[in-house]
Amino acid sequence: MSYIIDRRLNAKKKSTVNRQRFLRRYKQHIKRAVEEAIHDRSISDMERGGEVTIPRRDISEPVFHHGNGGVRTRVYPGNKEFITGDEFPRPEGGGGGGSGSGKASNQGEGEDNFTFTISQEEFLDFMFEDLELPWMVRKQLKDATAFETRRAGFTSSGSPEKLHIVRSLRAAHARRIALGGDSRKEIRELRKELWALEAEPITESSEARIQELREQISALEKKGRRLPFIDDFDLRYNNLVRIPIPSSKAVMFCIMDVSGSMTQSIKDMAKRFFILLYLFLERNYKQIELVFVRHHTHAKEVDEQEFFYSRETGGTIVSSALQLTADIIDARYAPADWNIYIAQASDGDNWDGDSATCSDLLMRRILTKVQYYAYVEITSGPHQNLWYEYEHVREAFPDAFAMQHITDAGEIYPVFRKLFEKRTEGAA
Amino acid sequence: MSAVKERSPISTGSEWTFDLIETYDREIGRVAAEFGLDTYPNQIEIITSEQMMDAYASIGMPLNYNHWSFGKQFVDTEQNYKRGRMGLAYEIVINSNPCIAYLMEENTIAMQALVIAHACYGHNSFFKGNYLFQTWTDASAIIDYLLFAKNYIRRCEERYGVNEVEELLDSCHALMNYGVNRYKRPKPLTPVQERERQLAREEYIQRHLNQLWNTTIPRREEAVEQVTQRYPREPEENLLYFIEKNAPLLEPWQREVVRIVRKIAQYFYPQKQTQVMNEGWATFWHYTLLHQLYDEGLVTDGFMMEFLHSHSSVIYQPPFDSPYFSGINPYTLGFNLMQDIRRICEHPTAEDREWFPDIAGSNWVETLDQAMRNYKDESFILQFLSPRLMRELRLFSILDDADKPTLKVDAIHDESGYRRLREELASQYNLGNREPNIQVYNVDVRGDRSLTLRHYMHNRQPLGESTDEVLKHVHRLWGFDVKLESVTPDNEVVHSYQCPQQNQVILP
Repeated sequence: MSYIIDRRLNAKKKSTVNRQRFLRRYKQHIKRAVEEAIHDRSISDMERGGEVTIPRRDISEPVFHHGNGGVRTRVYPGNKEFITGDEFPRPEGGGGGGSGSGKASNQGEGEDNFTFTISQEEFLDFMFEDLELPWMVRKQLKDATAFETRRAGFTSSGSPEKLHIVRSLRAAHARRIALGGDSRKEIRELRKELWALEAEPITESSEARIQELREQISALEKKGRRLPFIDDFDLRYNNLVRIPIPSSKAVMFCIMDVSGSMTQSIKDMAKRFFILLYLFLERNYKQIELVFVRHHTHAKEVDEQEFFYSRETGGTIVSSALQLTADIIDARYAPADWNIYIAQASDGDNWDGDSATCSDLLMRRILTKVQYYAYVEITSGPHQNLWYEYEHVREAFPDAFAMQHITDAGEIYPVFRKLFEKRTEGAA
Repeated sequence: MSAVKERSPISTGSEWTFDLIETYDREIGRVAAEFGLDTYPNQIEIITSEQMMDAYASIGMPLNYNHWSFGKQFVDTEQNYKRGRMGLAYEIVINSNPCIAYLMEENTIAMQALVIAHACYGHNSFFKGNYLFQTWTDASAIIDYLLFAKNYIRRCEERYGVNEVEELLDSCHALMNYGVNRYKRPKPLTPVQERERQLAREEYIQRHLNQLWNTTIPRREEAVEQVTQRYPREPEENLLYFIEKNAPLLEPWQREVVRIVRKIAQYFYPQKQTQVMNEGWATFWHYTLLHQLYDEGLVTDGFMMEFLHSHSSVIYQPPFDSPYFSGINPYTLGFNLMQDIRRICEHPTAEDREWFPDIAGSNWVETLDQAMRNYKDESFILQFLSPRLMRELRLFSILDDADKPTLKVDAIHDESGYRRLREELASQYNLGNREPNIQVYNVDVRGDRSLTLRHYMHNRQPLGESTDEVLKHVHRLWGFDVKLESVTPDNEVVHSYQCPQQNQVILP
């Protein structure tokens, strides 16, 4: 009469399509939430999903319902002191005489916002939507994941060439012992009796008994022999798994001016820019190394903490950082093995005589080896000589070099997008 | 509990297994049959909490067409569940033949038995027996119909684009409550017929419509007749039906989508009208059936403790001034009503004999069965709410007249208030009072093709603030101007809405 069905293994995520439809419909809201999150969150906090809040009125599905007003009677439970004819003022918020339209939120106190969480994956997807690293197509062709085969124990199924003979025979032996245990024990006992009889002088009755025992023993032995020496389920195979090995490596250089003219808020903006670049690279490369180079009049390779959080003062010589970067590339990151990305952030200050050296260094030693060089200038003042010098560089390397000007934190995300706009036609 | 027999419980632990579920189902089924419960065959499905959330999100159905609003529901449910703000309902049961009930794998065996008794025998017998379900829904066809609907809408999306279909569905959903026939009996169809007739319908409607609109005659002719001859002749309560059959600009596939939404609305219509009864019936029977098992020694004391714990939290009714109060709990009201009927039958007092002369002292199984079959919430309460129960629940009614500064206690649980209280509680469950009564009043067939809807006001209650939004949806479906008038019982128009709004139209 009743059928009991285990559906637990059925498709989960039946709602995925509906969920996506929902996200699609409220894309604008979600994008805004994502942009705000990038804007507000601290750097170490980027690696998780985000909460998206949408005003409930934007999301409601309207239906005809009664509004306030008119005459209505409602029945309530739990009378304590009322008697017929009592009158009292209307409570605030409609708790007592409120409309029955069920418009109030069902969660107790009225919630005006519809909040839900998107996963990190979705968060980043929204962040990087239709972005693509320039020239990536080229490297991506090489980016086919390579696999390495490793042993991972044994399985009971596989192809013949992976058969593990010792394990298989051991399993067969174990099976034969397990299955034949009873009859062997019986044989042993029968043999013992047989030997006892044989040791004594033979009589008529023992003669018959011996005969009988021998027959029994040979029947049991025959039965034992019928156990297959090796069976299908004794077979053991080497289990080999394929593990992807990252074939595509990227290194990202973060170059930042930390001279006295760089205020904390400018550094903060620079930070966000680096983070975005890092997150984006992380999604496209299996292995990324980060190199932090900071400079004032001297450049120094530092760790992340020092890069972002220690304070320095002094003048600015940008070429020192470029020099160091070029040296590091030569020493550690051969362009044949590494995709090199460089992001430079500065407020545009540079010692006057140095800018020409910078462009020279860039064109001769750096830009020929890197995938992409992005320069952001974070300043509210006019451009200085570094910017004009870099414009020449851009003309010479339009594909590998990009520069942008940012004035406040809100512009980072749009600028980031602009820097990495889809440029597929250029990618041969 | 009479002399307790030797106990040989079915299970002692709290873990469930398929064998145990089968045994419990068999025993509960046996007891249910002894009480005369008539059910569809059961299909009990074990699912995970994630799948439960999926089912939740698609209005409890095992399959449904895709729409963002179900996604929203899902996201909401998921969020609340993960934060621990709400537990999942421990069961979902579908009015289909066989009757599908979901059990969650996280539950203990006692909970599974409770759900089996509640859903597979309680709700199931209600679905099969109640006149509204028998009249309005076709349990054997619903799953097939949903499959048809899902596929049809998917094909539409492929052909006309997701956005197009989504907008149409949005508009239909806004009118879903007005997509039901309250009086006419729909004919059940098999899915094969459904497909055949869908094609025939497309053709027919388009032809028929062309005739209707082809006869558009220049306006000046017979202006007098225009006033007297309304179309439709009688106001039409089923807005979606009217739109499906008469909207001038809809494509055939759009009409079919309107129809799908309308059919699904119709399927759920009885559930909205029998919530108290349905839950009350199911709760009453899980209570009764499991006690019977206990009396027979088939379940342990621990089992009963767990069962009673969740039973009593289900039927808890917070008083009106509690922060947890959110209206009358249908489980409480329903369960108490059913228990009370049994009490009146078995142990009637003098008061009961006076109030319920025909059921006092009768066979309770038969009386309850009759009640379940022939009533809906409104009439059920009107018929069976006893003074004693009103006293137990301490019911009172508040009269809220927007014209007066104060609220008034209209009736309480005393001699002079019983009848009034009962009528008022019953009318609270009258769908006609809860939802604004809006009907198609007229179409200006010979003029600008505008559609006029009328809201027949109940107790001077106006429409809510989302009315203009809904009218936009009506406008999208109808394609021409839409008006909505709120009229008093004296046929006086007190408020009118229009879409597109007047000032936008007048601009040259």
